[in-house]
Amino acid sequence: MTKLSTSAKVYLAMVFIVLYAPILYLVFYSFNSGGSMNNFESFTLEHYKAVFEDSRLLVILINTVIVALLSALISTIIGTLGAIGIVTVKDAKMRNTLLSLNNVLIVSPDVIIGASFLILFTMVGIKLGFASVLLAHVAFSVPIVVLMVLPKLLEMNKSLIDAALDLGATKKDIMMRVILPYIQPGIFAGFFLALTYSLDDFAVTFFVTGNGFSTLSVEIYSMARAGISLTVNAISGLVFFVTVFVVIGYYFITSRASKRTEGQQ
Amino acid sequence: MQTKTSKSALFPYVLWIALFVIAPIALVVYYSLLDLHGNFTLDNYKAFFTSVYLKMTLSSFWYAFLITFFTLLISYPTAYFLTKTKHKQLWLLLIIIPSWINLLLKTYAFIGIFGLYGPINAFIEVFGFDPQQMLFTDLSFVFVSVYIFIPFMILPIFNSLDRLNPTLIYAARDLGASAITTFRRVVLPLTLDGVKSGIQVVFIPALSLFMITRLIAGNRVITLGTAIEQQFLVTQNWGMGSTIAVFLILFMVIIMLITGQKDKGGRVR
Repeated sequence: MTKLSTSAKVYLAMVFIVLYAPILYLVFYSFNSGGSMNNFESFTLEHYKAVFEDSRLLVILINTVIVALLSALISTIIGTLGAIGIVTVKDAKMRNTLLSLNNVLIVSPDVIIGASFLILFTMVGIKLGFASVLLAHVAFSVPIVVLMVLPKLLEMNKSLIDAALDLGATKKDIMMRVILPYIQPGIFAGFFLALTYSLDDFAVTFFVTGNGFSTLSVEIYSMARAGISLTVNAISGLVFFVTVFVVIGYYFITSRASKRTEGQQ
Repeated sequence: MQTKTSKSALFPYVLWIALFVIAPIALVVYYSLLDLHGNFTLDNYKAFFTSVYLKMTLSSFWYAFLITFFTLLISYPTAYFLTKTKHKQLWLLLIIIPSWINLLLKTYAFIGIFGLYGPINAFIEVFGFDPQQMLFTDLSFVFVSVYIFIPFMILPIFNSLDRLNPTLIYAARDLGASAITTFRRVVLPLTLDGVKSGIQVVFIPALSLFMITRLIAGNRVITLGTAIEQQFLVTQNWGMGSTIAVFLILFMVIIMLITGQKDKGGRVR
């Protein structure tokens, strides 16, 4: 491969600066004792303190995390079972239909998902609030779990199951000790993605949340509509540090896992 | 025996498909045929073909086109150079991290950046120009959208470039092709799939943005997404909202047929 020219490096550097500048800008001004995002007066942690002293904001934060964890857990279970089920479908046409239906929610714009779920929940009579938001998050996370688990199942050597059967394993043994350990990386990836989808979602939640319930995204939206508040900056700071921390953690876990599977092969 | 248990594993999943994939689409279509009082009518469809909605659809497509075009223009070279860096997976990860920061926060940042007293205006003033209101303009809307979508465009293009066999490039160069010819005749055709899925993951969400339009463009830009949100949550005219949604679904299907292949990128939310 040819080496990168200087202009290419400059170009890449520019893209990186543009991508990170707004985020760092937000975090930088979260330490500003002045009330705006324009002139930096002096360093302060008062906006972070304000976040932790605002009990309403803390409840919203806890809500967001609970919805994310629960929806990721439930969608991982449904998605993993679904992927195992799809693999057993022998009829190619049937299998393709299932896979196409699986992808509908992945490519659908959020507005459509949100609006159609709003109609659905209203018709069925589910009260808008925690339950509707949780159900919606489970619903849009299931297909991504399936997409993460399916390749692992497809690459699995069928003779592993035959060997286990020959050695007298029961169906339960095969599931718990052969299939699940093998597809475990896919399950973790699915869970992690479902978690980030849920934490990141704004549009769908915006449609199906009622008056009493709010997640962080929806709350930031209403705060941002009201104008600039450095509390939002402090939230960005927290979100940024947590995200970087999680991404680095995830990077190490997956690279360790891939090394381990490479060692096995 | 074994298939029986696996079939029962399919049950919750099929239930999910029925409840959250098929039922919502059916309901949207059903509601698009209702007027405000719940009577069957085709009025919503008639209304969609009046100049107000047609103009809005056209401008929504125009903005989505602009956003996709500029995103592609910036992302392709970035992905291309990234594949040539030494620790490319690490660099790619660094490109993707911003896409994991909450969308709302990134948009909120631009309210400050483009503001009347923000850094961009401060920069302009250095050159002796008067500060201008950059928020609530088409330009700021397109800029912020492009900013948001760049990582999602880079990812599929990077993957397709990464899969490209480098010996093909050497062969082209050995046979006397110039760098530009090699790119045009070898690299670009072989990475077209990545470009297509990139366009798919940008264009469809760009048609349906409503949060960025509200926060950055004020009410200057109305996209299909904004109109749906407006009809559902403000005007409470679910019938008209559903009708626009039906058309958005149709446009989505058409775009997917044009850019269709097996590759999956990601989703922008």
